[in-house]
Amino acid sequence: MRLPTFIKGVHPNDYKHFTCTKLIETLPLPDHVFISLQQHIGAPCTVVVEKGQEIKTGQVVGSSDAYVSSPVHSSITGKVKDIGTFVHPVGGKVQMVYIQRTADEDQWELMPAISDWQSASIDRLNQRVRAAGIVGLGGAAFPTHVKLAPPKDKTIDSFILNGCECEPFLTADHRAMVEQTDKILAGMAIIMKILGVKDGFIGIENNKPDAIETMRAAVRQGEYNFKVVSLQVKYPQGAEKMLIQSVLKRQVPTGGLPMDVGTVVNNIGTAIAVANAVITGKALVERIVTVTGDGINEPKNVLARIGTPFQDILNHCGGLKEEAIQVFMGGPMMGMAQYNLQVPIVKATSGIVCTAEKGQPAERAMPCIRCGTCVSACPMFLLPTRIARLSEMGHTAESEDLGIMNCIECGSCSFVCPSQIPLVQWIRLGKLQVGEMKRKEKEAA
Amino acid sequence: MISSILISMASMGGMGLLFSAGLAVANKKFYVAEDPRITAVMEELPRANCGGCGYPGCANFAENVVSGTALANGCPVNTADGTETIARIMGVDVETGERLIARVICRGGDYETAKKGTYHGIMSCTAAHLMGGGDRLCDYGCIGYGECVDVCPFDAMYMNENHLPVVIEDKCTGCGNCADVCPRDVIEMHPESHKLFIMCKNEDAPKEARQTCIKACIGCGICIRAVEEGEIVLEDNLARINYDKYGRVPVIPTEKCAPGSFVTFGEEESAEAAA
Repeated sequence: MRLPTFIKGVHPNDYKHFTCTKLIETLPLPDHVFISLQQHIGAPCTVVVEKGQEIKTGQVVGSSDAYVSSPVHSSITGKVKDIGTFVHPVGGKVQMVYIQRTADEDQWELMPAISDWQSASIDRLNQRVRAAGIVGLGGAAFPTHVKLAPPKDKTIDSFILNGCECEPFLTADHRAMVEQTDKILAGMAIIMKILGVKDGFIGIENNKPDAIETMRAAVRQGEYNFKVVSLQVKYPQGAEKMLIQSVLKRQVPTGGLPMDVGTVVNNIGTAIAVANAVITGKALVERIVTVTGDGINEPKNVLARIGTPFQDILNHCGGLKEEAIQVFMGGPMMGMAQYNLQVPIVKATSGIVCTAEKGQPAERAMPCIRCGTCVSACPMFLLPTRIARLSEMGHTAESEDLGIMNCIECGSCSFVCPSQIPLVQWIRLGKLQVGEMKRKEKEAA
Repeated sequence: MISSILISMASMGGMGLLFSAGLAVANKKFYVAEDPRITAVMEELPRANCGGCGYPGCANFAENVVSGTALANGCPVNTADGTETIARIMGVDVETGERLIARVICRGGDYETAKKGTYHGIMSCTAAHLMGGGDRLCDYGCIGYGECVDVCPFDAMYMNENHLPVVIEDKCTGCGNCADVCPRDVIEMHPESHKLFIMCKNEDAPKEARQTCIKACIGCGICIRAVEEGEIVLEDNLARINYDKYGRVPVIPTEKCAPGSFVTFGEEESAEAAA
């Protein structure tokens, strides 16, 4: 039987063999952490601690009153050494709180556990999700409490837990599904209670048979009514809109959100964070990170405190090989190459990929040969080559007509392009142009 | 043989006469009276269609001047003479402002700044800025892919071999296209009388700035101590000249500045431009 999937997409080699069988290791407490005040989509936090202040694990260091925002917490027990701008893994410098560890053991500042969450009010649970600083841990880092409180006029009837992990190399969610199954299911049950939905699906790509097996067994044992769906291996299976198409056969309208088709999608990591926040009262201070690639000596899955510098994590994994060339945050398809290994991991860091071979981009892109490969790869049914050309020429209005704003920047087009044209970068530039055009129109009106 | 030549000449000539008669009639009948001042104003404009005035082109600007929706001195590129002539055509008095010149406030070329790595993407500053900012380590300075040179309609800029843009002062008309396109706001428009510049935008702490670029202003304050209070101030680890009080006449020895980010204009830059 053919497994369910979405239309178009690409088949990169998955390279998961480096770490897919490695148990999650807890990283020793880092000596210092850099807590970025901008780890989510939305308004950045303002600092609520002072320089020199003693601080406990789980204590809030930055918060914001804006609705689309999420507080950040200290991930170690220590002293605030500095508040300043440091290099962020997504590029540029942002304000961060530099904390030096003073205690060998964590002194937790816990929120009261909500052990009777089955009977707790929805508001109380969603407040907790917000207070714990939970954002989408799949990579986009959208504040979860916003996702879990859809507008009143939208009826949500199904929830999908995203266990696809379609990015090559990454195995953090895979290992979590095998090792922390109960926590994931508990987190999923809490999320579904907050949303008030009955139908729960867990979408897992077919290249993780052990995860599918374990999850199915746990669902049966725990008497949950979730459905574990085995999906075809294809990139970007884990993108929200693709996943909804694969699992529910629903198509999110152009420019719409998953909630427009009555669905909410959350990542495995997010479910674990929700379970931790509600059942134990722990804020989001750690996450599972896959350290992998042929440029690292001991590829591993590690449970790392947020704010730990890349270098510390790489050292724990035996350090970089001499022939290592590139270090990415995130997977190779959507990740960012790093130039400074002192950058801290943030909530959205799902992996650190170190490559030894020269990566995809050529020194110089060659001319488009109009083969149309990008068009048959684009899961959003766009015309990448045409849009890229329009944004190169500055034809902003036309590229908007062709739906440039619907691009999810998955990188499928750049991946398949035989001329190695950096299509996604052109499209990003085009999106900036469209944004500027909209702003000018608004000013003129 | 002769007859076919004659026939074709007669038919072509006849058709030519017929159509010219038609055109002559159309010219009289459909004549649109255009304000002659539009052409006169147009003649005084640089006609480079740079867009510095905010209108799509020189012709459109001229129409707007004549209809009164644009000011006679609205063209930032025009010479003082040109603006005066336009004012005379329109019968208004205008103050001709001081000439503006684009200044590249960064000296961090390929020789001076440290490198992050290799940049493989699109050779456009804005695109590079979106994706982590090119290969130079400095997050504030020139990216060096020459988008400003590409948009200059007057050929008044070029990239030197150090991959820094150079403004040819004599050719710069002050339209501001380069300053608009620069994603890092490295290019500033300054009146001609501003002669002193702190050629750096790096707001990092001194140590970090120094590691990033040997020409970075480290905020040591030596220039501040050499002038009267308030003439140069220190903000965000950068010395900033208060042009209301200072900077029009180069009096302090700029060689005291250790990194060499304090520059008097009109010496080496123009020498380089001439070369």
